[in-house]
Amino acid sequence: MNVIQFILQNRAQVLELTVEHLWLVGVSTVFAMLIGIPLGILIAHWPRWNKPVLGSANIIQTIPSLALFGFLLPVPWLGERADRLAILALTLYALLPIIRNTYTGIRGVDPAVVEAGRGMGLTEYQLLLQVELPLATSVILSGVRVAVVISVGLATIAAAIGAGGLGEFIFRGLAMVDDRVILAGAIPAAILALLADFGVGWLERKLRPR
Amino acid sequence: MQPETATPVIEFRDVSYRVGDTQVLAGLNLQVARGETLVLLGRSGSGKTTTLKLVNRLVSPTTGDIRVNGASNAQMDVTRLRRGIGYVIQEVGLFPHFTVARNIGLVPKIEGWPADRIRTRVEELLQLVGLAPELAGRYPHELSGGQRQRVGVARALAADPEILLMDEPFGALDPLTRDDLQHEFLLLQQRLNKTVVFVTHDLREALRLGTRIALMEAGKLVTVLPPLEFLKSNDPWASAYVRAFGDGLESAANRGAS
Repeated sequence: MNVIQFILQNRAQVLELTVEHLWLVGVSTVFAMLIGIPLGILIAHWPRWNKPVLGSANIIQTIPSLALFGFLLPVPWLGERADRLAILALTLYALLPIIRNTYTGIRGVDPAVVEAGRGMGLTEYQLLLQVELPLATSVILSGVRVAVVISVGLATIAAAIGAGGLGEFIFRGLAMVDDRVILAGAIPAAILALLADFGVGWLERKLRPR
Repeated sequence: MQPETATPVIEFRDVSYRVGDTQVLAGLNLQVARGETLVLLGRSGSGKTTTLKLVNRLVSPTTGDIRVNGASNAQMDVTRLRRGIGYVIQEVGLFPHFTVARNIGLVPKIEGWPADRIRTRVEELLQLVGLAPELAGRYPHELSGGQRQRVGVARALAADPEILLMDEPFGALDPLTRDDLQHEFLLLQQRLNKTVVFVTHDLREALRLGTRIALMEAGKLVTVLPPLEFLKSNDPWASAYVRAFGDGLESAANRGAS
């Protein structure tokens, strides 16, 4: 029996784990955007926050994922449910590319355009919503794209703490020393990563300012 | 010209501006009368752009006071102040993600004008700056440099401001386009009679467009003279400028005065 047959035979479970996987990645990405984009805007306008914010996000990025999952396990409320914990960890990892790209995108807006806008009497808020964010959108999205692709991969490790997702197949396969089971998790995960990369990339090109 | 007793539209009172240890402007006293085109002439770093930006508060003075229509601009709501002042810069700064029509209509839209009034206004302004109505739907990157600057001028005029600030608006254009736009600026100014402060380092442009020329050097106002008197001035800086630009300036000044 080859991998394809194994996946087809267990398609209900593959589908269930894929949905779990998507849930972990989707929710954590939304959280990371909700936190990361405002932080990126903040440090683009108040440069003295730049170093502490990007520095912290950088430090989080250097913690090995398995260690972070384990480290968060004893935290009350969070530790009660593995998926909560996994979502928090994935959110933390996704922050850096999103914050950094929001910052880069806004700083990259032509200063003449910002000055013209300010000079004609746009408030800072109008300037942000009408000019800076629209012009930074494609750069911000390319950060989201990196974050999603990283998350799809990292989320497989969440299975180690029982958060589900396609990592379950991978860990089970490792324990059983069965390549087919490993691949039944790895192949859909790879496809998810490619689809996410392609999807967000498409959006990014569509929203790129001329 | 207005009588001397009329309130100047813009007035600088003992204005100085310093950044760290650099004295950018010192002891600036200057008045701009209604309907005149005051040209700030000077080389790079002379403080002319800073002087311009003090009017719409893109820069705040270290000491002194800038009065707009008799009231200190520091006391005014900054958004209201800026919406009443058109601002044109050399880099134009059109919003690249907006069409020409949206660029021109942005301030009216924020001010809550109804859509059809904005549309009429955009058509009117395009015609005023000599652009075909079809250009309304184009994006800035689809325009030539001269067209872009015309849109920049139209955008600055959108909400019919009383004052127009222009910072080397034609500096990046080729000589022929610059000549066209200078010519049209004069025609426009005859019709609209705005109070204009115009920054340039080009004496020829200053003579042609200005009703008065304010010469600046190293953060200080050297002299303020009408074009023809500027040419005859004995002031060392003014005559240095005239010498640097060479012959044929009389005709430029004559055109400006006509």
